[in-house]
Amino acid sequence: MGLPLMINNDDNNNNKVELSRVAVSDTHGEDSPYFAGWKAYDENPYDESHNPSGVIQMGLAENQVSFDLLESYLEKKNPEGSLWESKGSRGFRENALFQDYHGLKTFRQAMASFMEKIRGGKARFDPDRIVLTAGATAANELLTFILANPNDALLVPTPYYPGFDRDLRWRTGVRIVPIHCDSSNHFQITPEALETAYETARDANIRVRGVLITNPSNPLGATVQKKALEDLLDFCVRKNIHLVSDEIYSGSVFNASEFTSVAEIVENIDDVSVKERVHIVYSLSKDLGLPGFRVGTIYSYNDNVVRTARRMSSFTLVSSQTQHMLASMLSDEEFTEKYIRINRERLRRRYETIVEGLKKEGIECLKGNAGLFCWMNLGFLLNTNTKEGELELWDVILKELKLNISPGSSCHCSEFGWFRVCFANMSEKTLEIALKRIHEFMDRRRKVLNC
Amino acid sequence: MTRTEPNRSSKSDSENSGGGGGGTTAMRVIVPLQGVVQGRGGLFLGSVIPCAFFYFLQFYLKRNRKNEPDSGEPSPDSDPSSGSPDPTRSQSVGNLTELASLPRSLSRILLSPRLSGGAVSISGRAGCGLKGGDSPYHVGQKRVEEDPYDESGNPDGVIELGSAHNTKMDWVSEDPGEAISDGLCMSGIASYEPSHGLIELKTAVAGFMSEATKNSVSFDPTQIVLTSGAASAIEILSFCLADSGNAFLVPTPCSPGYDRDVKWRTGVDLIHVPCRSADNFNISMLVLDRAFYQAKKRGVRIRGVIISNPWNPTGTLLSRENLYALLDFARERNIHIISNEVFAGSVHEEGGEFVSMAEVVDTEENVDRERVHIIYDLSKDLSFPGLRTAAIYSFNESVLSASRKLTTLSPVSSPTQHLLISAISSPKFVQRFVKTNRERLMRVYAELVKGLKELGIECTRSSGGFFCWVDMRGFMSSYSEKGEIELWNKLLNIGKINVIPGSCCHCIEPGWFRLCFSNLSERDVPVAMNRIRKVCETCKSQN
Repeated sequence: MGLPLMINNDDNNNNKVELSRVAVSDTHGEDSPYFAGWKAYDENPYDESHNPSGVIQMGLAENQVSFDLLESYLEKKNPEGSLWESKGSRGFRENALFQDYHGLKTFRQAMASFMEKIRGGKARFDPDRIVLTAGATAANELLTFILANPNDALLVPTPYYPGFDRDLRWRTGVRIVPIHCDSSNHFQITPEALETAYETARDANIRVRGVLITNPSNPLGATVQKKALEDLLDFCVRKNIHLVSDEIYSGSVFNASEFTSVAEIVENIDDVSVKERVHIVYSLSKDLGLPGFRVGTIYSYNDNVVRTARRMSSFTLVSSQTQHMLASMLSDEEFTEKYIRINRERLRRRYETIVEGLKKEGIECLKGNAGLFCWMNLGFLLNTNTKEGELELWDVILKELKLNISPGSSCHCSEFGWFRVCFANMSEKTLEIALKRIHEFMDRRRKVLNC
Repeated sequence: MTRTEPNRSSKSDSENSGGGGGGTTAMRVIVPLQGVVQGRGGLFLGSVIPCAFFYFLQFYLKRNRKNEPDSGEPSPDSDPSSGSPDPTRSQSVGNLTELASLPRSLSRILLSPRLSGGAVSISGRAGCGLKGGDSPYHVGQKRVEEDPYDESGNPDGVIELGSAHNTKMDWVSEDPGEAISDGLCMSGIASYEPSHGLIELKTAVAGFMSEATKNSVSFDPTQIVLTSGAASAIEILSFCLADSGNAFLVPTPCSPGYDRDVKWRTGVDLIHVPCRSADNFNISMLVLDRAFYQAKKRGVRIRGVIISNPWNPTGTLLSRENLYALLDFARERNIHIISNEVFAGSVHEEGGEFVSMAEVVDTEENVDRERVHIIYDLSKDLSFPGLRTAAIYSFNESVLSASRKLTTLSPVSSPTQHLLISAISSPKFVQRFVKTNRERLMRVYAELVKGLKELGIECTRSSGGFFCWVDMRGFMSSYSEKGEIELWNKLLNIGKINVIPGSCCHCIEPGWFRLCFSNLSERDVPVAMNRIRKVCETCKSQN
């Protein structure tokens, strides 16, 4: 019936079954320095007592500064949050069986109210417009699938989060066309840069479907100015494209008054055709320091997008247990108010510590006001003002100082020598050690230069 | 050269329309055209008229194309989506939507000069997702949501026999004493854990999978990738094994979910290979082969075949011979096999033997092991669908590597992982749970089959899973899909029972229905039977 098996066992290639282009492509981006540094950390992680000379992880934007607040809340075994105790076994069963992609209403209401609180009540969120996804990563990919066809493009200001190369492009087949920003104006997005990016795409016959910004910005650690947001929305209306605002660091702005969400701007607009192009991504991973929970949301002013996103979220649902647990926590007004306030304060202090510490060594950072990292300028240390020069320096910092930081080139920064340094994923003591290592390195360098 | 073609068609069109009443006008058009064709003269008019026609056609098409972006039009080679049983039906719905939107977008342009092209559009893939919401699968689901049956609270509500929940297993009453953590500890909130699952959970899942095969296979935890649900697992495999435009062969009837999970975002197509009641819906290798070559002739590249074992919807267990034949088929065509084993732990037939594809390839060469990929769903066996934890098991390191990276987009949340680790790592709990589950399913299934038989309704022999594949051909008003949908409607609206019609499962023979019995307790069965009897009597009196 079949063909005689003439396959030589050593000659696997002849009959080796093939995989798809998606599977073998490297668009996942995990071979970039951004991820290579993580590997080095995994192999030799710093530990205060057991491995004091290990690699300190400063490449992971994670928030551990307010862990204790969460700990005390959860370890009180808050009865509403517990699966077992709420409404007895019937409550458990309801929870276990719940698999509706609309998401638990109580959880969506809690999310909406939490997002409103972060924005100081300056914008309202309708729980029925919230679509739940397993993380902001999934939310960004989902929106890309919904807003763009393969080979279309999204405009993204540089420098941007290295993960976007994967999240927005890998399975979707959509391209990223960069909006180049530079230090001359603190990397703010200008109308000229927007136009240039749009023209670049057009000249290459690529259809632009939207602009995706992160506000506050990753890796800059700075909020986008209100005027820039208004210009951006205007640009999107003129070109008839979408605007996606990834606001996952919105709760990590040091000073609440300095953050303007695109939701505030849209709040005062009645024209549906303007509102319908705006979509917001949010997650609890950064603000609440709950990355393991994998809770992301898409908030859209566009009914079609909400409906489609909900259906598509079937591929990336949040477990009912997680929803239930967090619903009670996020609805606890007293807890959330206290958490947001204290978290902001602690992040601000950390930021000041690291920026002051770096300043003492003659290292400048971009003036930041948000996030879990600072944007450090080591341009003056480069041997050559090129990507290779930057990666050389990055390698030295990783191997000699045993600090894993993220090079600007992996964030597609158009200037060389910038590095993203995370400061919230470690204890204060570890941060001191990191600064000490930098001090020693700069000291050695000064001695060498002075000889 | 091409100019003469429109001449001929417009000539014949004009002749036809001319016959109606515009005789003189028609003649004025025809005569110069005739002249051109016959080479006699009237060259001017004869060329102007087709030119005019051609340009008018271009203008008309251009105007319509301009309005395309305003409606979410699907890309030509993808079928309208999620669970839609009747592609032609959805397409006509799609056309209606398009027509309706044309005047709306025009008025928008007039009123809002700021806008360059009307409302901002969404992608073709999204457009597909908006349609298909009116399939029986979704309509039935909605009705159950609005009016769910409850023995005491809502005895006239709609009984859900459509979807695979397993609502009758009760964790708390099974094991209230055993300390199962609910994941509310700091380790549940730890930093980024691998998105493809903690090794402890993978080990526990491997154990569960082995248990389902009565330990004839030992599953390796490092070959497991965890993700948030079986839909995601199938989609990830589809992305890894096929490119957009390729296809998988799927013997039917099959799970209604494949239309969305395999096709929607990937652009991969499904080629249905029908099985027939005359063969007890067994897979015919001959038919599979024919489907493969027909696709090849059409220029469609087949990348794999998707099977489910126990079979959804028939509940059949595939034999070792079946599995070996499929492996041979895949080897000869150099394609993949996706074996959907989500109901492996729910074999309820006394003496029923579940054989995993993993067992079959255990002794095969590497090059063949690498073409086999298994999907397992913890939620089915543990009756905990809300937890969203499914597994991909593969022998192919490249597939595992790509899948692991893809799970960043559909990960299992930490507290859930910790809850599960705590629960299923207790062997006593697992064994007792699985045993109780099987016994309960067996009892309910037996009651159901008996009840159906009394109504004169036969079903195929279901050995595993939650479904009964029921033959209701005798109750249709006509032996057609229309007749099937009519009957489905009666069952839903008169009987207040939600079942899945065979067309949702792409069954080539109308009149078969999928009944899910995992939602029923033994007490519910007579209630359901009464409802079905009512409908059957209505049908008999009408036919």
